[in-house]
Amino acid sequence: MKILAIETSTEYCSVALWQDGGVSGRCELVGQKHSEVLLAMLDALLTDAGIKIKQIEGIAFGKGPGSFTGVRIACGVAQGLALGADVGVVGVCTLQALAEASGKDKVIAALDARMGELYLAAYEQRNGVWIEVIAPCLCRADAAPNVTGEGWFGVGSGFAVGGEALQARYAKQLCGMDAQAVPQAAAVVRLAAGEFVQGNSVDAALALPLYLRDKVALKTSERTA
Amino acid sequence: MHIVKLILGIESSCDETGIALYHIERGLLAHTLHSQIALHNEYGGVVPELASRDHVRYAMPLIRSVMHKAGCSLDEIDAIAYTQGPGLSGALLVGSSVACALAYTLDVPTIGVHHLEGHLLSPLLSKPAPEFPFVALLVSGGHTQLMRVDGVGRYTLLGESVDDAAGEAFDKSAKLLGLDYPGGALLAKLAQNGTPGRYKLPRPMLHSGDLDFSFSGLKTAVLTLTQQHELDDQTRADIAHAAQEAIVDVLASKALSALAQSGLDQLVVAGGVGANQLLRSRLSESIGKRGGKVFYPDLEFCTDNGAMIAFAGAMRLSSQPAQRDYRFNVKPRWDLRELNYAD
Repeated sequence: MKILAIETSTEYCSVALWQDGGVSGRCELVGQKHSEVLLAMLDALLTDAGIKIKQIEGIAFGKGPGSFTGVRIACGVAQGLALGADVGVVGVCTLQALAEASGKDKVIAALDARMGELYLAAYEQRNGVWIEVIAPCLCRADAAPNVTGEGWFGVGSGFAVGGEALQARYAKQLCGMDAQAVPQAAAVVRLAAGEFVQGNSVDAALALPLYLRDKVALKTSERTA
Repeated sequence: MHIVKLILGIESSCDETGIALYHIERGLLAHTLHSQIALHNEYGGVVPELASRDHVRYAMPLIRSVMHKAGCSLDEIDAIAYTQGPGLSGALLVGSSVACALAYTLDVPTIGVHHLEGHLLSPLLSKPAPEFPFVALLVSGGHTQLMRVDGVGRYTLLGESVDDAAGEAFDKSAKLLGLDYPGGALLAKLAQNGTPGRYKLPRPMLHSGDLDFSFSGLKTAVLTLTQQHELDDQTRADIAHAAQEAIVDVLASKALSALAQSGLDQLVVAGGVGANQLLRSRLSESIGKRGGKVFYPDLEFCTDNGAMIAFAGAMRLSSQPAQRDYRFNVKPRWDLRELNYAD
């Protein structure tokens, strides 16, 4: 099966191609210029592999949480590609992509959510299957949800901005961390491949973001209250 | 060479998702619009982040609906036009990402359309259509401009608002009168019960000698009136009447001057405020008297819509080479004059 993945939720832009288990990909630090490079990166990846976009059988994308605009770019492009190629989509949580790429079995993934908050989730891999131990949530570092046991590995920018507070919060439960790790399309496509195989892909119109932060403005009634 | 005939248009610059399919020979085949007015109403104005969130939910269903209505398949599309700017950057990015990814997959060219060019050319979608050259009065919540249009890509700015847009003046006055957002149309309705002449509001820059507008003083004058009077229903209607009179008076007077100064006799009115009935009757009457003619887009094309984007894209592609450039960066600020073709 051939699956194409895109991930644009951070200042990195990445694309990856899954061909029956083999993964090739590209990743660049682009700041906020995803819109200028994404489709060209994708085209170069396909050209290198000698594959046409219409041969792709599924589109995977990093659905968030992350930069609202970045995540919407991934959704918009996934929608356009999937509609044009008439294939299904699978959205992968960026926090789980971090866990997948970490090479560890017990992972607390955290991304900087700005405004003093983090996007955070915890996953444990058992028999090659990821179990969601803490569902993706928006929280302050000092109020991050509990995990049980030790040997947890911390990944993601959340451990850079909320590093001290998270270390204090999880203390001896943490066995190490990589605060530089970013969600990438290669991990997205590996996670998505399983979903496609199990028939869990959805229609292009359902390529939608996972925001977690839903309160983005005050209603008139709330401002005057 | 690839001949472009069928164009999909995607508009997502502000609070309306518009999709349309235009055929060079057969005209507008289908169009559809999702307005977010209800969504932003509770916030008293457009919340950019919420606008973007809505666009990404509606783009796909609307594209499918248009294809279905037109009885066309995606493979028949020859080019995709999308609003590249000006507008809300996050909102624009939704339309541009969908447009360019779809175009890449279908292997067809894209064209980034200037939102105001879409509005300027929208009267050409209606019958009878004006012929170049004409003067365009572009009046919406974001723009108040008088433009000389000599052809596609041949625009000369004659005058514009130095502060608030006319639509903004309508909406802000409506808000002061306790009407829901966006209240421009509600204000016009309320004004029907108003007593002519009870209040007289200023006509800023009416005699400035140029073709520029100013509407921010009007809002202040309305505020003063609302503070000085007990706001019973009749008073609110009377103030609404006076506000509408003042705005329409300035717009009509400047539009007439623009025709006189440019020596043209066709006026095209585009943008959301172009739906205002008082403005329409005032312009038709005064321009009719001097032998000129006023053209209005059909009401459905006065607001933001996908049809004008598909159409403007079609016009552009008939005079410039189609590009397979799939960078979908947007231009939240974009001067229309940058679009002018070199002479």
